[in-house]
Amino acid sequence: MSYQVNEQGFYGEFGGAFIPELLYPNIEELQENYLAIEKSPEFQEEFHQLLKDYVGRPTPLFLAKRLSEKYGAQIWLKREDLCHTGAHKVNNTIGQILLAEKLGKKRIIAETGAGQHGVATATVCALKGLECIVYMGEKDIERQAPNVARMKMLGATVRPATSGSKTLKDATNEAMRDWINNPEDTHYIIGSVVGPHPYPDMVARYQSVISEEIKKQMDGLPDYVIACVGGGSNAMGAFYHFLDDKEVKLIGVEAAGLGVDTDKTAATLTLGTPGVLHASRSIMMQDKDGQVIEPHSISAGLDYPGIGPAHAWLKVSDRAQYMAVTDAAALEAAVEVSRLEGIIPALETAHAFSVLKDLDLKPTDRVVINLSGRGDKDMNTYMKELNLL
Amino acid sequence: MKNKLTELLKNKPQNLLNIFYTAGYPQLEDTTTLLTALEKAKVDLVEIGIPFSDPLADGPTIQESSKIALENGMSIEKLFSQLETHTPQVPVLLMGYLNPVMQYGLEAFCKKCQEVGVDGLIVPDLPMYIYQTEFKEVFEKYNISNIFLVTPQTSEKRIREIDDNSNGFIYAVSSASTTGSKADFSAAADYLGKLKDMKLKTPILTGFNIKNQQNFQDACNYVNGAIIGSEFIRQITDAQDLSKAATNFVTSIK
Repeated sequence: MSYQVNEQGFYGEFGGAFIPELLYPNIEELQENYLAIEKSPEFQEEFHQLLKDYVGRPTPLFLAKRLSEKYGAQIWLKREDLCHTGAHKVNNTIGQILLAEKLGKKRIIAETGAGQHGVATATVCALKGLECIVYMGEKDIERQAPNVARMKMLGATVRPATSGSKTLKDATNEAMRDWINNPEDTHYIIGSVVGPHPYPDMVARYQSVISEEIKKQMDGLPDYVIACVGGGSNAMGAFYHFLDDKEVKLIGVEAAGLGVDTDKTAATLTLGTPGVLHASRSIMMQDKDGQVIEPHSISAGLDYPGIGPAHAWLKVSDRAQYMAVTDAAALEAAVEVSRLEGIIPALETAHAFSVLKDLDLKPTDRVVINLSGRGDKDMNTYMKELNLL
Repeated sequence: MKNKLTELLKNKPQNLLNIFYTAGYPQLEDTTTLLTALEKAKVDLVEIGIPFSDPLADGPTIQESSKIALENGMSIEKLFSQLETHTPQVPVLLMGYLNPVMQYGLEAFCKKCQEVGVDGLIVPDLPMYIYQTEFKEVFEKYNISNIFLVTPQTSEKRIREIDDNSNGFIYAVSSASTTGSKADFSAAADYLGKLKDMKLKTPILTGFNIKNQQNFQDACNYVNGAIIGSEFIRQITDAQDLSKAATNFVTSIK
């Protein structure tokens, strides 16, 4: 079975480009050029040079001894938190800014939830001297204030999305509307493996450096690869080069919010049904009338009612397993990782750690957790929730 | 059952006025009140929007009306039950995003459209190739026209392809924009002139940014008519007498 996108932009029944005609020329331009540009020697050279000298890749694969001891298995951490800007998001924005440059675009737009993708986009725009506008839900602007300030310091304009739940989904709507209104000079840097084809494949390719490095850094294959999923970009990057290695168990961890049996949750694959959101067919949280249900997660980066179509396909075809972790369990895991390993993870990433206790691990098992981001941006939430003041 | 839209368009008439409004707005039961008023005011076509939680091709006015309509309890089921009480006399189009239609069920949706006298559909996030491979057969079975959009960025080749695949009218967006944005209509004149010169077989209506009689007349110099949405919604939003506001607006245009 193939887990890669087909020529029409589908992963099994999921994917495609369900775009308004208004976006057709933009998407067609990307579909026709993204692979050729990515494969060109100039792109490859600059992409890898920037990943090495600017981002600081390869990121280490760290054996977490105290966590290993606690859970009775070998636990390895892929240190994406050590990337420039503090998370894996920059792998994708480096790729897309080079693409935008090759396509002659002058203006960059992006959506952001936790602000990590917004910061990573503002960063590469500063690097390349391009105008940058980031759409961010009003609610997320409040809870991720340090990242808003970082974007502004980097010279980006942050525009609040005030519709709907005022989070990532609404920021994505606003970014798409901006693109509709500015079809010629603007490139939209989508931050996850969501949106119309070719975005899910393009972002997965730029993020696949994560699993490419893990493969080189490990002696043999791991037994498990675990990553958190909102839209699913860090997970797709961590899974990518293991998709055809069936013996490697792939686990995506979504945000259960207050619990999957409550209406305050973002556990898309656990609770969702097939539908079309943000221009691709995937699995999404919706009511019986097909209206999108507003999600909830303590973590802004996972607070999204959809998921990348490739993940929907990995779930339906049983290649990956998806689990859901509550706000409270994620906070507990964040404290544990901080105290056992001296690493404060992002709230998103903390969800991935929380499933360790639920797996039936053997001492010989080798578990890789993609430590997708660091927790600096979440200190406001941690201070409040953990009474750290 | 005959399709009122294709009947109307058969002889490529001019100066067609198509009014758009959102179902269930301002109040849930206003859908048929507005339809009746617009029929009496002799608009040529009526386009009713099915509200969606994430209307990404719409500007602030229609977004807001959709949000309120959903809060009022509007749904596809409710809309059909309203249309069952009033058989439309003019051609009626429904405009809706793909997801609610898919959840209702494509075949059930098209069947119901035919039963309640809906003649055409505008589904902005239904791309042409998906329409052709997965939807066309069902649309045709129930005699429903599918309306495609073109924009100033649409290539001539693709406009010709859309022309060949259209069986109602072509919806020409007058500037590359979400609905109701503030761009000047005059910017669209070049583009509409080009469309006119292409001598397409399908009639063209233009929409987005038409606000008054002058804009309407300007548009009709190039194409068969125009669609007014955001401005109409603004006019009825705080109206004391909804029917009167609708009638007055139509009179001011035509």
